[in-house]
Amino acid sequence: MKDLKASGLDAPSFYLPGDFNMNKNILEMKNITKVFPGVKALNNVNFHVVSGEIHALVGENGAGKSTLMNVLSGIYSHGQYTGEIIFQGKECIFKDIKDSEKMGIVIIHQELAMVPYLSIGENIFLGNERAKAGIINWDSTHVESEKFLKRVGLKEDTHTLIKDIGVGKQQLVEIAKALSKNVKLLILDEPTAALNEEDSENLLKLLMEMKKDGITSILISHKLNEVLKVADSVTVLCDGSTIETLKKGDSLISEDRIIKGMVGRELVDRYPKHVSKKGEVYFEVKDWNVYHPFIDGKKIIKDVNIKVHRGEIVGISGLMGSGRTEFALSVFGKAYGRNISGSILKEGKKLQIKNIRHAIKNGLAYVTEDRKTAGLILMQDIKNNISLPSLDKVSKQNVISENEEIKVAENYRKNLNIKSPSVFQKVCNLSGGNQQKVVLGKWIFSDPDVLILDEPTRGIDVGAKYEIYTIINNLADQGKSIIFISSELPEVLGVCDRIYVMNEGRIVGELDRKDASQESIMKCIIRYS
Amino acid sequence: METIKSGKSNPMRKEKVLIIILNNLVGFLKNNIGKYAMLIALGLIIIFFQIRTEGRLLLPMNVTNLILQNGYVLILAIGMVLCILSGGNIDLSVGAVCAFIGGVTGTLIVNMKMDMVSAIIIALLIGAAIGAWQGFWIAYVRIPSFIVTLAGMLIFRGLNTYWLKGLTLSPFPKKFQQISAGFIPDIFSGFELDLNVTALMAGFVIALIYTGLQIKKRLDRKKQNLKCPMIFLFVIKLMLVVAVIMGFSYLLAQHKGIPIVLVIIGTLILIYHFFTLKTVPGRYIYAMGGNEKAAKLSGINTNKVLFLTYVNMGVLASIAGIVFTSRLNAASPQAGVNFELDAIAACFIGGASAYGGVGTVVGAIIGALVMGVLNNGMSISNVDSAIQMAVKGFVLLMAVAFDVLSKKKLSQ
Repeated sequence: MKDLKASGLDAPSFYLPGDFNMNKNILEMKNITKVFPGVKALNNVNFHVVSGEIHALVGENGAGKSTLMNVLSGIYSHGQYTGEIIFQGKECIFKDIKDSEKMGIVIIHQELAMVPYLSIGENIFLGNERAKAGIINWDSTHVESEKFLKRVGLKEDTHTLIKDIGVGKQQLVEIAKALSKNVKLLILDEPTAALNEEDSENLLKLLMEMKKDGITSILISHKLNEVLKVADSVTVLCDGSTIETLKKGDSLISEDRIIKGMVGRELVDRYPKHVSKKGEVYFEVKDWNVYHPFIDGKKIIKDVNIKVHRGEIVGISGLMGSGRTEFALSVFGKAYGRNISGSILKEGKKLQIKNIRHAIKNGLAYVTEDRKTAGLILMQDIKNNISLPSLDKVSKQNVISENEEIKVAENYRKNLNIKSPSVFQKVCNLSGGNQQKVVLGKWIFSDPDVLILDEPTRGIDVGAKYEIYTIINNLADQGKSIIFISSELPEVLGVCDRIYVMNEGRIVGELDRKDASQESIMKCIIRYS
Repeated sequence: METIKSGKSNPMRKEKVLIIILNNLVGFLKNNIGKYAMLIALGLIIIFFQIRTEGRLLLPMNVTNLILQNGYVLILAIGMVLCILSGGNIDLSVGAVCAFIGGVTGTLIVNMKMDMVSAIIIALLIGAAIGAWQGFWIAYVRIPSFIVTLAGMLIFRGLNTYWLKGLTLSPFPKKFQQISAGFIPDIFSGFELDLNVTALMAGFVIALIYTGLQIKKRLDRKKQNLKCPMIFLFVIKLMLVVAVIMGFSYLLAQHKGIPIVLVIIGTLILIYHFFTLKTVPGRYIYAMGGNEKAAKLSGINTNKVLFLTYVNMGVLASIAGIVFTSRLNAASPQAGVNFELDAIAACFIGGASAYGGVGTVVGAIIGALVMGVLNNGMSISNVDSAIQMAVKGFVLLMAVAFDVLSKKKLSQ
């Protein structure tokens, strides 16, 4: 790890932001710092975009790409961050997204922001209606949207409803919408994440064409092959700081080079030392296939086979949207998907799991990636949250013994070091790390044999992370089988004994701890995307 | 919290103790203003009307009437608060179901001369079936409760009117009328007193049981080293509750004693209070209303919970229907109009959250009493019934606004 870092970052010939010819820059973001409660999402970021180029912004999940773009587009208004934004030579103070759009900065989010039951024409001019005195001129709406559709190369009737066209076409409508706002700088956040090969190709071509018309774009993407194909410059963000900006033609620009920049951070002792006492194979999932719950025929999980030993921590690595969560949920009592096929084995015996209740009874537990919307009942106290999946353990004939419940919760509060004056504290008043400990406590109390942890350290500070790693190690030492899902590569490498790499619903690699590195994992992913 | 040792009573010490007590009281009120706001409001409303009606509001006869007239709202509010807890669901059909059940009992008892007990059992079963019907659509098909029960309101009102051919069925036998008009007979009536001693005794026993339970709970918590409110706050609260129970039973004793309806309501309140706070299914309702996704992932069959909540609502609506039919001494196509609105309003006045997960049975009862006292107070002081309606609407809005604003302040 260390030599990679040294060879990468100390190389003399990469480009440093700042020594640009000022006149050529359409955008300069200087010393941008944005702090969320508990986390510094952006730390003195400098980001410069040359007029008329396609500039790619790359980095791991949580590196701060989206935050930076939200700062730029005014979603975080001036005052919520520190630093300067200079657009076309003028300093900009955006109060909201309207202000930035007036200047010609348009952002297209990963989740498209369109109204499914309105027509293409209506969506293009949504919020910007062709109207006089509040009365919409439908003729000019459709005639003008027709013009923009032509520019993006979409052959669709402007009266068609958005819900009736595919995601690829919806993406084009979004771009048409941006054009209608007289866009000068277009920001695309993972535009091809949801597109198939052909649609992606078309979209990238369109970007190149728009470049000819003088439109500058910022492209946020995980797909480095795309980035290399179209981008004139690449800026790498890591942990909220700019690592470097590479220019096309620069001999150093390559996938490997970018990956190094993305992951090449200093690895201090962020993970507790742990040697697993690996036992026999305990838990297996075989030939697991899952279909999308709503879209007919769309396969989400494809022929997944995994096994976990007793006392082993097995990682599932992969980018967001690679199907990790869907896989975990479908295993956990068919909580996701349709037409699930395959088998689950524990100690070689096949388990019949029809619903979540069965899964819990059979010793499975799933710690969700989204503790606020799926893990906790925020308005209730610690005690109620911890006892919820295992109320039978603190009740007789369905009557809850409150004293017993308090004792149990108090026990977890102490052992997991949940910082709170009492177990009667509502969990919405706890910090992220403490909330996560409540979720862990809740599932440890259910006494599982197999614990699936989905992004258990997302959005919590380093100290709490360390504590949670320690808890996980202790659970493994007690002989539990742990499946650890994370998109943070260093974490997977630091915690897991063995790693499965997942991409687009498939297992694309299996690496032992000693063979695994951030590069080898990234390569597994990129090879298959 | 500081503990006060009972030291020698020198003046300095007394002052200090007084200050600590005052500080505690202020802190207690600040922390619990949301919890007790509606109870305080109910007290203020009672005092207001007591003055306005020159003491007539709390005449023994009027207090008894308050219970008799509002019994059905109290019963409906219990079922409704469970629906609301399960995720902000409401039941708009309960008024129509009350009327429908009236029609059923009327047909069974008046027309078919069936005996009362069988008729009531059949009525309760039909109520459960109605609840199951609506629960099926709401919980398993996931049609919003608002729509399903709006349809139910039209369906059951329509069916009842058709069934009764627009006519009123009456009269019911004396025994059936006793459900709403009867009183617990005074077993101590031998005394030369103008008081119903049974009512007084019952009040005394209830106050005694309450005190005992509270003391036991406090000692239990002390034993577990859990935090308890200061002893004097505990005593004040206990004394207040005992005073209210005794005062209330004294008022009842001065009239005809304990109405049978009050026994029915009291039993229901006890059962559902216990159910919501102490049992596993009760906890499931709160969990589901608080965060259905989290509840599901904790292994709770939320569809079943929602379904059973509506079955329960059907049964309670049919109890309310029986009580109301008995009071009217008639089964009428027009019965039960706007009952659902009174019940829903009671829950929200009583602090239930429109999104679910927050609220209590006792809160809903307090809300229903607020509505009831407003009704009776305004009627006694001859307020125009149209104005009464407007006032109730305004009170509902203000109560919820207070709740929302006080929560906002807390979260800041």
